[in-house]
Amino acid sequence: MVKLPVAILGSGNIGTDLMYKVRRSALLELQLVAGIDPASEGLARARELGFETCTDGIEGVLRNGKIKLVFDATSARSHLAHAPRLKAANIFAVDLTPAAVGPGVIPVVNLQEYSTESNVNLISCGAQASVPIVAAINKISPVQYAETVSTISSRSAGPGTRQNIDEFTRTTARSVRDIGGAKESKSIIVINPAEPPIIMRNTIYAVVDLPVDEKKVRDSVMAMAEKIKCYVPGFKVTVEPFLDGDHFTVCNEVTGAGDFLASYAGNLDIITAAAINVAERYAETFWKGRQAAND
Amino acid sequence: MTKLTVVDVTLRDGNHSIRQQFTPEIVAKVAAALDAAGVEIIEVGHGDGVGGSSIHVGRTPVPYQQLISAVVSSVKRAKVAIMLLPGFGTMDDLQQAYDLGVTVARVACHCTEADITEQHIQLARKLGMFTVGYLISFGMASPQRIVEEAKRMESYGAQYVNLAESQGYLVPSQVREYVYALRESVNIPVGFHGHNNLGLAIGNSLAAVEAGAAYVDGSLKGLGGGAGNTQTETLIAALKRGAFPTEVDLFGILDAAAVLTDELKKHPDLAKIPMPSVDNDAIMMGYACVYGGYILPIKRAAMEYGCDPRQLVIRLGERKVVATQEDVVIEEARRLAGIT
Repeated sequence: MVKLPVAILGSGNIGTDLMYKVRRSALLELQLVAGIDPASEGLARARELGFETCTDGIEGVLRNGKIKLVFDATSARSHLAHAPRLKAANIFAVDLTPAAVGPGVIPVVNLQEYSTESNVNLISCGAQASVPIVAAINKISPVQYAETVSTISSRSAGPGTRQNIDEFTRTTARSVRDIGGAKESKSIIVINPAEPPIIMRNTIYAVVDLPVDEKKVRDSVMAMAEKIKCYVPGFKVTVEPFLDGDHFTVCNEVTGAGDFLASYAGNLDIITAAAINVAERYAETFWKGRQAAND
Repeated sequence: MTKLTVVDVTLRDGNHSIRQQFTPEIVAKVAAALDAAGVEIIEVGHGDGVGGSSIHVGRTPVPYQQLISAVVSSVKRAKVAIMLLPGFGTMDDLQQAYDLGVTVARVACHCTEADITEQHIQLARKLGMFTVGYLISFGMASPQRIVEEAKRMESYGAQYVNLAESQGYLVPSQVREYVYALRESVNIPVGFHGHNNLGLAIGNSLAAVEAGAAYVDGSLKGLGGGAGNTQTETLIAALKRGAFPTEVDLFGILDAAAVLTDELKKHPDLAKIPMPSVDNDAIMMGYACVYGGYILPIKRAAMEYGCDPRQLVIRLGERKVVATQEDVVIEEARRLAGIT
């Protein structure tokens, strides 16, 4: 299969980690890494690996002409400006910023619903690690209320998250309802500065209608975990779902693949891995679409 | 000597001792008694601040707004405070608290993460609230690091920085060192919040005051995480004995402590919960530097999974858990018990 030509917009930590992941992909061809800072370490690494780079951001992407999909790893404000221009150029946008121009996607839960979109958003790391668990429980017994607690290492909490921490809790909680299926929700983030840095961990509490078949819930959650592991190998359920009064408790941790970001930064890895998964699914349908048009 | 302000946190941190079960009736009565005793600032809410009510750290029987309203309507002179921990509480919660009559915002974070408080501190200042930067578990970082974090909060607009010794882990000489370091490097006043796990809450509070702290937290009957907080009524008596200036009336604060005891006794569920004390679990938490709010989850998990609470506390200390990682208590207890 011919690989889908893609670009990475943003040469910070996330953009650089994406670069290593795209490089490994059998379905994606990295055409360009677009930054704005000529002195950026990410751009230097991209050049070292033999990738084309530019320092005028979105302009370079639009100039290229071949690119069909862009990973936007800049900032919410930048993505708001990029989104209409990418759409006009018929370039699919995988948005890793909190801009949320397009619908939120969790690959294992709702990606199929958005096959005709031109812009999708990855929500938050907490959502990527928690919403699938809520959805898995909700499939067995309606979740009346779900609560997610994401604990990340201080070193992996970037300035964007820190300066706008309310946004993290709000968007994560919203996706727990809209995508996970919970009727009500609350999301919490805790930052831990321990050295060596802690691995990202998430706890999901789900209040369900009783009585409930505990084994079915457990099987559903563990099956979901297997699906997540297909694209996030470091995802692991550390406390299997158990019923405590009116709610289930489930804990997981996410060890990063260590592509560029350190392995403790599972919170960043799960979002870049989800982005690659979305792009690969798009690449498959893109070529299928082409084929159908030619038939 | 500068004026000393006592902040009573019974109706907030004390919630950790009673599984977050304070009712509007109880907080109204206690707040009125504290107000009558001349306490200037009364903090109310979930133990982990507004927005804290959750399965994770305990659900409150009523929304925090009702607790706030009950306190606001029962005080004449005192200012009403809330604690807000970004990551739990949001700017919406801050705005709501302000709208209900709260005039003091204590914006809190783990002691090394001050940069998550910028927006909240700025909003509180914009609303005209008396705004405090609150560094939780400060004994987990060096005095130099605490100075850096306090400077950040000062730059955001905090009007004093409160040092919370949330584990009851430091000894008076260490507390002095931190307060001196801050007094030298930041221009805003310093406050101190102690816990009694090693029996040092009063000693540490006096050490902080001697080193120049201008605000000191206390809790009636010592209600609070771990072995409890610095006991307000003991603190007032000790401050008076040591000739430190406080406007709080001794008989009045003793009356307030009696009101709290009576109110808890009237409540069928709360009457059964033991008051915090320097028991073995609390001593271990002070020794191993484990956040005081975990005291009841630790007792419960150790009993439920049949593990040695001392081992559990040591493991939590090794994992360097910070405030509000209650889920790790369950995870470690299950691990010690051999359950996944």
